[in-house]
Parts: sequence; C-alpha cells; structure tokens
Amino acid sequence: MTRFSAWSVFRNGLSGQSGWTRQWRDPEPKKQYDIVIVGGGLHGLATAYYLAKNHGLKNIAILEKGWLGGGNAGRNTTIVRSNYFMPGNRQFYEHSLELWENLSHELNYNVMFSQRSHISLLHSPGAIDGAARRYNTMRLTGTPDAEIWDLEKLKQNVPHLNYGPDCRFPILGAAVQKRAGTARHDAVAWGYARAADALGVDIIQNCEVTSTSRSGNSITSLTTSRGEISAKKVGFAVAGNTSRLWQMAGFNTLPIESHKLQAFVSEPLKPLLDQVVVFGVGGAHFYISQSDKGGMVFGGDLDWYKSYAQRGNLPIVQDVAECAVSILPCLGRVRLLRHWSGVMDMSMDGAPFICKTPLDNLYLNAGWNYGGFKASPASGWYFADLIANDRPHETIENFNLDRFAQGVSLDERGAGPDPKLHG
Amino acid sequence: MIRINCPFCGERDHSDFTYGGDGSIVYPELDAPAEEWVEAIFQRENIRGVQTETWHHVSGCRQWLVVERDTMTHEIHSIKAAHEGVAKVLEAGK
Ligand SMILES: Cc1cc2nc3c(=O)[nH]c(=O)nc-3n(C[C@H](O)[C@H](O)[C@H](O)COP(=O)(O)OP(=O)(O)OC[C@H]3O[C@@H](n4cnc5c(N)ncnc54)[C@H](O)[C@@H]3O)c2cc1C
Ligand SMILES: [Zn+2]
Repeated sequence: MTRFSAWSVFRNGLSGQSGWTRQWRDPEPKKQYDIVIVGGGLHGLATAYYLAKNHGLKNIAILEKGWLGGGNAGRNTTIVRSNYFMPGNRQFYEHSLELWENLSHELNYNVMFSQRSHISLLHSPGAIDGAARRYNTMRLTGTPDAEIWDLEKLKQNVPHLNYGPDCRFPILGAAVQKRAGTARHDAVAWGYARAADALGVDIIQNCEVTSTSRSGNSITSLTTSRGEISAKKVGFAVAGNTSRLWQMAGFNTLPIESHKLQAFVSEPLKPLLDQVVVFGVGGAHFYISQSDKGGMVFGGDLDWYKSYAQRGNLPIVQDVAECAVSILPCLGRVRLLRHWSGVMDMSMDGAPFICKTPLDNLYLNAGWNYGGFKASPASGWYFADLIANDRPHETIENFNLDRFAQGVSLDERGAGPDPKLHG
Repeated sequence: MIRINCPFCGERDHSDFTYGGDGSIVYPELDAPAEEWVEAIFQRENIRGVQTETWHHVSGCRQWLVVERDTMTHEIHSIKAAHEGVAKVLEAGK
C-alpha cells in the first residue's frame, strides 16, 4: 500500500497517475480466525482497525454480505456533532468528536472532515431556555464550543433562512456547536478499511453469515456464503439487521426495531449554506448541509412504520420538501437529484448497545440510528476495547441490554419506549 | 405508499393512518412480575417478513386495526378491527 503524502500526489501527477496500488487486499477467507466481526459498515471496520491498532491483536476478519460501505455507511447525511445531554452519551460522543478531529491523520486518508458548525434553530423562549440548559451542561463537562446565538448573530452567519415575522414558526435564535460539521462518508469507510487491511485484517466481501454453530455457551463457527468460518470471539455490527443475526445466534427478542430513514440530494448549486442547519419544531424535523460538489444534502424523519425494505415512502418526501421550503424558501425551484433510504436499528430509548451478551464469546454493537455516523470512530474504539478486554469501559457501562430492566434507559429525547419516536 | 383497506372506510393511503406498533404483544396482568412487563414493553421479535401490527385510522373512522403486513415487501395479508366485539359483528355481517 502506498502512503499518501503531498510528495506521492506530486510524483504520481508527473507519471500519469500510474504509481497507485490497490487500497486493500481481497483475500480468500481462512478457516479460522481469532476474532470475526460481522458487518463491513463503519462500525465493523473501525472496530477491526482499533483491535489491531490499539490492542495489537492479529488474525482478525470482517465478514460483509455485500460490498464494504454499501449499507448505512454510504447512505447517511454525514452530520457529526457531540451535543448530547445524558451522562454516558455526552462523554461517548465528545470522545468520538475528538477522534474525528484527528481521523484523516490517523488513517492517512482524507475523510474531508469539515468543522463547519451545527446550528439548531430555536423558535420560542422555552426552546432557548431548554437549549441553554443543555449547552451549558456541555460547556461544564468538556465540550467548550457550545454557544447560544441571538437573532442578529444568526442572520449575519446564515443570511438565507426564512426570517419573515409572518412565517409559521418565526426564528428567534440558535444553539450552535462550532466544532461539529460533516465528513465524506465513503472516505471514512475506505480509510478505515485501508488502515485495517494494512495492519493485517482480512476484509471478506460478498460473505453473508447465514447461521451460527454453538457449543455450550459459545459460538464456535459461522456458516457463510463463502464456507464455514470458525472464530474464538465474534462481534456483531450489522446495523439494521441486528435482530436477524441475534436470532441466528439462538436468541429471540431485543429492545430494537428496524426502521428506515431517507436522505435527499439536490442538483449542485453555487455555495449557499456554510453550516449544518437543523429545523425541529412542532411536527417538523429537518437537517441540511451543502456538499463540496454543491448538492444540498438533507433529510428528516423516519418513515414512521417498521420496515426492512431499503426504499423510502412518498409522504416523507413531501414532509421533507415542506420543511425545506419553509426554512429556505430559496430552494423552492431547486430540483431533487436523488433520494434513497437505509434500514437502521431503532432502540427503545434511541441509544446504542456496545455490550457483552449471554454468550461468552459473542459481543454486540447495535442500536445505531440517527447518531450512527458521528459515533463510528468511538463505537469502533470502545467495541474493540470491550472485545479485547472482555469488560465494558466505564464510559459505555450503560450501553447494555439490561438498562431497561434496571430503569436506567438513555432516553435523550424523553419519548418513551416507542422506537419510531426517537428522532 | 402502502394502501390499507380499512374495514369501515375502504381503501386509503397509509398517510391517513398512524402506525401503532407490534400487535402481537400480550400485556401481562397488572401485578405480574416486573420481568414480564420488561419483556412486553421493551423486547421485540422485530420480524423480517409477515408481522402482526396495529394501525390507527386517525384521519378516518378513528378505529384501531390489526394488520398482517410483510415488513420486507409491504404486502398486506389481512386487516381486521382491533376490538374483538366489533370484528365479530363485521364478520357476521359479511
Ligand atoms: C438516510 C440516513 C441518514 C443518516 N444520517 C446520519 C447523520 O447525518 N449523522 C449520523 O451520525 N448518522 C446518520 N445516519 C446513521 C448512520 O448512517 C448509521 O447509524 C451507521 O452507518 C450504522 O453503522 P454502520 O456504518 O456500521 O452500518 P452499515 O453500513 O449498514 O453496516 C452494516 C453492514 O452489515 C452487513 N450485514 C448485514 N447482515 C449481514 C450478514 N448476515 N452477514 C454479513 N454482513 C451483514 C450489511 O451488508 C452492512 O454493510 C443516517 C442513516 C441513514 C439511513
Ligand atoms: Zn377507517
């Protein structure tokens, strides 16, 4: 693998770009691994990387049923932030943001992390007070870049929003996290894959796990579309398919439902929006940013009913379009280029699971919904730590399956045990 | 768009309804052990395939319905009123 540097870019520019080599190998699966991670999305890839990098472990494979990054890893709206409130969530997402800040260097791969600010619009005095409470908590617990902006400051920074006094929800101010922003999702998957591969991790694509074999309280091997693979430790990181893998491991229920979320991108425009802007009031839920190619990238709510179909419904398209023109009326005649959807785990409190399971050698990484992209570096970091040391780090102590029975759910939104409500 | 054939109103877009959730859950007795309640409230089978679920016809007759739907293809296999007495009356009138 060639290391990327200014010099290698320059040299290959002079030699007709002929000096580049494969970014990662395409190995045949071995019969036996020490650690097998199922799922080649961001969480699986990051986990394998940190297992090798932080813990010096070898003989690791990632099994991916399709191609790497073909799931939610390549379908999200790429928002990265750490403005969480609940203890546990706060430390976890802040750690993730710190990893993001150095990720391009860490991986020697440009993930195009752009700390362009995340701006949540506020529409009532009550909302401003609520945001002040949350953002003050952030400032007091190690997230220094949380700010509340008044209307004047917001207008100077984001001039195109609908500031009309007669609009349905007049804008009064905003809660801002300045270190938040976006990254190139595919590059994150490729960067982790390349770095993990360089440390010896086998990335096996087109390899679907279809069942497991158990002996006593352990999984001994996995049946896959590319043969039987045995493993000493197994980690699941399969996003919206967690329940299916869980049932293959011999269990029945989980505090998870699979739901789909859509994303949209418009035709490219000249630079219009420098930040990530979020609009959420009444029934509305909408977030938007502009990609480097100029496309407006945006999304809204879930499709409102449980679904494994990787295709979105039309009422949400309408809903999202209505939100778009109500805060950015200038988008009214912009054409939509593409829209798509991804199947995600929605947990009963909207928070994830990085935990041990009733089986001795099975570890679970699941329950990622709206926050799963921003979480991916820390998710891999803590999941690797869990698998290597066979105990949860104190930051993720509550990211377990037991928290509902214990009465310590991480319900950031206070919406109760209804997966579709955790936006 | 999923089309739901409400037994009271006829076929309508799903946007006429709100989704309730897993309709196969049987809630335990009020004084049942906490574990049974944890199971009913938080744990889901999360079926990929045909599942029993509830929908509420909020913009129509406001009745709750029990629907069998394939969560992969969105094909609907059966629809009936959630209230057993009402479902029986409808059935008898057929
Ligand atoms: C439309 C949309 C917008 C989003 N926007 C944001 C955002 O702005 N910010 C944010 O933080 N998060 C966002 N998310 C969430 C985020 O994308 C996901 O939570 C995250 O990508 C999930 O983790 P992953 O990358 O590991 O998942 P995936 O990429 O889905 O990886 C899971 C992999 O497991 C594989 N797999 C499944 N079953 C098997 C099997 N039996 N055998 C082998 N492999 C299997 C799948 O093929 C898949 O590649 C968004 C999600 C969607 C869908
Ligand atoms: Zn009806």
